[in-house]
Amino acid sequence: MNRIVNKQYLSENVVRMEIEAPLIARSRKPGNFIILRIGEKGERIPLTIADSDITNGTISIIVQNVGVSSKKLCTLEIGDEVTDLVGPLGKPTNVHKVGTILAMGGGVGIAPLFPIVKAFKQAGNRVVTVLAARSKDLLILEDEMREWSDEVVVMTDDGSYGEKGLITAGAERVIQNEKIDECIAIGPAVMMKFAAMLTKKYEIPTQASLNSIMVDGTGMCGACRVTVGGKTKFTCIDGPEFNAHEIDFDEMLMRLQAYVKEEKDAQAEQQ
Amino acid sequence: MTVNTDYLKEQRGQEWRVELRKKIKNKDRLTIERVKMPEMDPMERIKYQDKEVNLGLTLDAAMREASRCMDCANPTCIEGCPVSINIPKFVKNIERGEILDAASTLKETSALPAVCGRVCPQEKQCEARCFYVEKMKKDPVAIGYLERFAADYERESGSMSIPNVEDANGVKVATIGSGPAALSFAGDMVKLGYDVTVFEALHEIGGVLKYGIPEFRLPNSIVDVELDNLRKMGVKFETNFVVGRTASVEDLEEQGFKAFFVGSGAGLPRFMNIPGENYNGIMSSNEYLTRVNLMNAADDSYDTPVLKGKNVAVIGGGNTAMDSVRTAKRLGAERAMIIYRRSLEEMPARVEEVKHAMEEGIEFINLHNPVEYFANENGRVNKMKVQRMELGEPDASGRRRPVALDEYVELDVDLVVVAVGVSPNPLIPSCMPDLEVSRWGTIEVNEDKMQTSIPQLFAGGDIVRGGATVILAMGDGRKAAESMHGFLKEKYNL
Ligand SMILES: Cc1cc2nc3c(=O)[nH]c(=O)nc-3n(C[C@H](O)[C@H](O)[C@H](O)COP(=O)(O)OP(=O)(O)OC[C@H]3O[C@@H](n4cnc5c(N)ncnc54)[C@H](O)[C@@H]3O)c2cc1C
Ligand SMILES: Cc1cc2nc3c(=O)[nH]c(=O)nc-3n(C[C@H](O)[C@H](O)[C@H](O)COP(=O)(O)OP(=O)(O)OC[C@H]3O[C@@H](n4cnc5c(N)ncnc54)[C@H](O)[C@@H]3O)c2cc1C
Ligand code: SF4
Ligand code: SF4
Ligand code: FES
Repeated sequence: MNRIVNKQYLSENVVRMEIEAPLIARSRKPGNFIILRIGEKGERIPLTIADSDITNGTISIIVQNVGVSSKKLCTLEIGDEVTDLVGPLGKPTNVHKVGTILAMGGGVGIAPLFPIVKAFKQAGNRVVTVLAARSKDLLILEDEMREWSDEVVVMTDDGSYGEKGLITAGAERVIQNEKIDECIAIGPAVMMKFAAMLTKKYEIPTQASLNSIMVDGTGMCGACRVTVGGKTKFTCIDGPEFNAHEIDFDEMLMRLQAYVKEEKDAQAEQQ
Repeated sequence: MTVNTDYLKEQRGQEWRVELRKKIKNKDRLTIERVKMPEMDPMERIKYQDKEVNLGLTLDAAMREASRCMDCANPTCIEGCPVSINIPKFVKNIERGEILDAASTLKETSALPAVCGRVCPQEKQCEARCFYVEKMKKDPVAIGYLERFAADYERESGSMSIPNVEDANGVKVATIGSGPAALSFAGDMVKLGYDVTVFEALHEIGGVLKYGIPEFRLPNSIVDVELDNLRKMGVKFETNFVVGRTASVEDLEEQGFKAFFVGSGAGLPRFMNIPGENYNGIMSSNEYLTRVNLMNAADDSYDTPVLKGKNVAVIGGGNTAMDSVRTAKRLGAERAMIIYRRSLEEMPARVEEVKHAMEEGIEFINLHNPVEYFANENGRVNKMKVQRMELGEPDASGRRRPVALDEYVELDVDLVVVAVGVSPNPLIPSCMPDLEVSRWGTIEVNEDKMQTSIPQLFAGGDIVRGGATVILAMGDGRKAAESMHGFLKEKYNL
């Protein structure tokens, strides 16, 4: 069960894995995620389903090595099994034909963005994608994105590839050049916050996919709560995508810090 | 559940019961004092999250307690038990030293006696209706302790009986969820020869028994033994499977499942929607208890973290609140407080849990209700404002309604656990549009049959009741099994 059948490094710290999960492969839709656990002492971590292959009965995940659990996952090899894997979770993206979509992906957020870009393209939209990374070697999925986008703009913080600058600079130029009907932004919370401010200025409907802290992923614990439009929502069942103009990003940024100290202690222990 | 009085009478007339009644005069039975449960010392037990507080009765103490029971001609205690356990029969078996017979009496009606003996609110159920309470104004027979004793004795004797299973009939049925409702349903159906699969969303079987109720009250090992028995009887378990997501009910029907029991519980935590409630360090009791009980967060060798607090406030007065506050104490809180808007008398928690909590140094700040939280510059809660309340007229539940006063107090807190109730898990209703649900989101069933508006779908436990007890959930599971059996027999000519 949950056997890893393929593994590939997309950058130094980002791994793509293909895992046997025939039921999930069949039922998942773009925007869905899974929760997995490595080992009997592992924690449950959420990861977006980047792609699936129904004939082979596999799903692909793309994970960035940022901490204890993602590291454990990244060290697994082909043939190893993931202890627990559950999904598909969350509401799927509302994929429809609207015209032109601006997709913004930052860092490892490019991974969850990929299935959405693909779906919007398949639904007959024009898709303009802006990708951002700190530097060239941290940029992932560029070729895949080019395959499914009509246009791709790449931004890097250090200018080592594409254009130097933040994702919002690239996005604003796209918005000024052509009529954008809808936006979607996925990446670090700060990036999404600024992307939302930008598209609000131009009054373009925008969705953001949140990477809240989760435990069960089924609506049972409330760890993943966020404030959207003044109301408390649970990211795992009401999301992960919400109207970006209504999300309280400052609260979300604060909540992501909840376990920073504990995680540092855990990492220290492993060393 | 209806009590079969003829059957009770016939059993009561058995020679050994008659003899036993004659052995001690009722007058003398009445003078025996109710047994005290041996407990771990409060100061010692708060060092452990996983050591059970109640140590269990000795054989002598159990037999003596059992001899208090009058073996009443009209055993009202049975009417107080949601699954109508034949209480005098099991108690008298203990009195005569036939503990294994006592255990099998329990199993005639209850799938998890070791669990119910520990967690039933006996003081509101069987024991409330005991002759001693109703007629003598004395302490009731300790039915719960005795139930636990018999079940533990059987388990520890190593001669646990696996109930007989009828020949397989090849009909596949499934449960959605693996809490007490689903488990008791599964046990009954497998006995009838069905091919039963339990589907559970989490990575562990047991529902609230595993992720909610802490080990100091209900050790996991006890639940595991029961699960093992079900496994030996042929029940199949599928964890990490969210019905409605991983596969739909229709998908499962295509795979040959003929009928389903929904026992998906009341998983959705409620918050109070007051300012500051999303600060770090404020979480639902479900999150807190899941991190500690299911994910072992208190043990550093596990990856899941849990925030610890020096000054911990737990909001609410139910079992969940008691479990959370006592957990906080065990994780090192200096002040562990219950903030409850009514008074001690209205608390819905089991009386024993309140008593244990008090012994452990939990502070009870009753007649107070939180109105706002404050945080430090990192967004971690550091203060809360609570409003004083007084009791007014009784409300629909018969409890006196709390009325807010214009008086406020501020408390220093660094961890807050909100335990003000749960709502029904919306997942199954949301993916089955034909399923009738109430205004509160509970699944509507025909009460005698536990059948929903979709004929092959039965339901019970918290998803139907909106939050109840382990034993009520189990009673629903049994009732559903019986009526599903009738439904399938007719439909498929079994
Ligand atoms: C719906 C959803 C989909 C996701 N999809 C992906 C994905 O496709 N690929 C991927 O690499 N990651 C994804 N994430 C984020 C991923 O779950 C976290 O990176 C992971 O839980 C970190 O676990 P860890 O133990 O390795 O890191 P930790 O040791 O827990 O933390 C390392 C650092 O990351 C921060 N952090 C902790 N939890 C999160 C979180 N949930 N999101 C962001 N930062 C966090 C911590 O503050 C800490 O600084 C997703 C999250 C959600 C909620
Ligand atoms: C902390 C706490 C303490 C309590 N203490 C007591 C006590 O002392 N005495 C007492 O009598 N009662 C107590 N209760 C109440 C009691 O535990 C519940 O009434 C009882 O567990 C309800 O059982 P259930 O079978 O309906 O569901 P649950 O035990 O809630 O189990 C439901 C299960 O279904 C799973 N599920 C949900 N949806 C799906 C799906 N779509 N697919 C697959 N699986 C799914 C869930 O993950 C869960 O594991 C307590 C409750 C809590 C939370
Ligand atoms: S199951 Fe609960 S209510 Fe029934 S006799 Fe046992 S302890 Fe009492
Ligand atoms: S009512 Fe009390 S005394 Fe009478 S049979 Fe029941 S437990 Fe025994
Ligand atoms: S992760 Fe627990 S409710 Fe969303």
